[in-house]
Amino acid sequence: MNVHEYQAKELMRKFGIKVLNGHVAKTADEAVEAAKKLGGNIWVVKAQIHAGGRGKGGGVKLAKSLDEVRKIASEILGMTLVTHQTGPEGKLVHTLLVEEGCLIDHEYYVGLVLNRDTSMVTFMVSTEGGMDIEHVAETTPEKIIKVAVDPATGYQPYIGRRIAYALGLPKEQHREISSFCEGLYNLYMANDCSIAEINPLVTTKDGKVLALDAKLNFDDNALFRHPEVAAYRDLTEESEKETEAAKYGLSYISLDGNIGCLVNGAGLAMGTMDIIQLEGGSPANFLDVGGGATKEAVEKAFSIILSDKNVKGILVNIFGGIMKCDIIAEGIIAAAKSLGVTVPLVVRLEGTNVDLGKKLLNESGLKILAANDLGDAAKKIVAAVKGA
Amino acid sequence: MTILIDNNTKLITIGITGKQGTFHTLGSQAYGTKVVGGVTPGKGGTIHEGFPVFNTVREAMEATGANAAMIFVPPAFAADSILECVEAGMPLAICITEGIPVLDMVKVKGALVRSKTRLIGPNCPGVITPGQCKIGIMPGQIHLPGKVGVISRSGTLTYEAVYQLTQRGIGQSTCVGIGGDPVNGSSFIDILEMFNNDPGTDAVIMIGEIGGSAEVDAARWIKKNMKKPVVSFIAGASAPKGKRMGHAGAIISGGDDTAEAKFKILAECGVTLARSPAELGQTLESVLKKK
Repeated sequence: MNVHEYQAKELMRKFGIKVLNGHVAKTADEAVEAAKKLGGNIWVVKAQIHAGGRGKGGGVKLAKSLDEVRKIASEILGMTLVTHQTGPEGKLVHTLLVEEGCLIDHEYYVGLVLNRDTSMVTFMVSTEGGMDIEHVAETTPEKIIKVAVDPATGYQPYIGRRIAYALGLPKEQHREISSFCEGLYNLYMANDCSIAEINPLVTTKDGKVLALDAKLNFDDNALFRHPEVAAYRDLTEESEKETEAAKYGLSYISLDGNIGCLVNGAGLAMGTMDIIQLEGGSPANFLDVGGGATKEAVEKAFSIILSDKNVKGILVNIFGGIMKCDIIAEGIIAAAKSLGVTVPLVVRLEGTNVDLGKKLLNESGLKILAANDLGDAAKKIVAAVKGA
Repeated sequence: MTILIDNNTKLITIGITGKQGTFHTLGSQAYGTKVVGGVTPGKGGTIHEGFPVFNTVREAMEATGANAAMIFVPPAFAADSILECVEAGMPLAICITEGIPVLDMVKVKGALVRSKTRLIGPNCPGVITPGQCKIGIMPGQIHLPGKVGVISRSGTLTYEAVYQLTQRGIGQSTCVGIGGDPVNGSSFIDILEMFNNDPGTDAVIMIGEIGGSAEVDAARWIKKNMKKPVVSFIAGASAPKGKRMGHAGAIISGGDDTAEAKFKILAECGVTLARSPAELGQTLESVLKKK
């Protein structure tokens, strides 16, 4: 789960990590109030959406007077911000963060993430702050320094020293960067983060080390033990269909194609999408009904697939292990009857209770193209959609 | 010969009194697995579906001589059960549970290094040695005893591969689901090494996915060490980029984590590719004929 920058910074303050002072605003008036409260004569007005690249998209601007704060806030609020991470449809801005300005000396990158190869939470730091870190990794990978943290020992002072020297910070800032990194590690572990990315981390002309921007991402599987983090969820930032699917234990991701897929298991769901593509078709979605889906969940899966107007055909591919084929069949029949499925429907069932499932489908009177195996199923749905 | 489990395996189920635990313990027993008991804290001393229930793993091992555990504990408590197996010195722990917090597994992984326990999973279908022993949730009836080893990160794709083999009359020595989580107990290499040393295995099917570099590491290991033919499929060639993984995660794994990149390195390392998941069975058959 993603959170907004202002929420990330709220959490960071609790862990003693230095960030700039700032206030949230939902209207231009509130933005001006926020600037007055902060004092000073320079402010940054920042759009709060769950995507990077906000600056380039025009969602982060500097204001040098209260009038300018009002003007910029009015412009950004309500705008549809398009960045390289939002997709062409962009995201509507309804919240701002107004922060005090600061005099930046240098910009750095500090990230904390699980390294799957070593199973250790690992710092990634770079002198190339403020840049797209993926680009840095591609072009100058030697500029990214990795320092792993052993879960048995936790954060140790040498990690801070490694990072300080790697970034080439002056001696008087070593203690500050180390305490920044220790705070970030503590926050990461205490809240089950999956990514903590500070880009940029800056040193200021007056010698401070602080986070200018912050991106935190949390492990969905651990949210149950972090009600405070779970409360940060902003449903307007998430796909409505994906959220609706999740309520029924379905994992759904919308894609650009026209063949709807209903599969059990993430691997088989990906494999089914792959084989559709190999046969010359194009999948409309990834949908994993999981192992314990009920008849109602299967019905819901159908209604979500059919709500995508691009869908010209549906392929159901079930290999029952925990999932019983007769339950899937009942769900298909119920959905087809209540939703009136008019597009071609190819069904491939295998595994637990397969004969009962096939019998139910045969006796339902529905127009279903039965497939013998995975290859056959893919060929049939691609042909049916092309013929339609 | 087989790997990990056979008809001498004595199994306990941790979380045996739960709905899933009960169902799949009975399923494993019906397949022929020697189930000797189970663990549910607070229910020690009772009998559940004919199985003696114990309060702790250590107690269950001492009383029954169990040498394998199947874990069916809810995600919030599963890491604790794995660590209990480590403490008790359980030789084999197979964790089916899906949705364990990643940082819990980071801690478990550290403890495994210092232990005698081999962990398979979590978030996996389990392990089966056809005709001898089934520990997990896979449909037993699609399997056939034989000499092909199967390793996979995905549950249902494993069934798909096994089914295609059985349809062609090609049996399996042991099928191992290593699980789809970013941190798991056993890697492809761990299992490949066992198949390489197992006289009962002639060839291996390895099913991977996008993300991480486990398949790439396995490919390089195969090139250097593997004496038997390996057939591989990587799921996710059609998956949109960056939809699942955070950017930092993709970077740290070194950029070799797309399906295309993995297929390419596997081929370079002498692995025979099945480009379609529907061709796993026939690809393996042709490899066996060439042998």
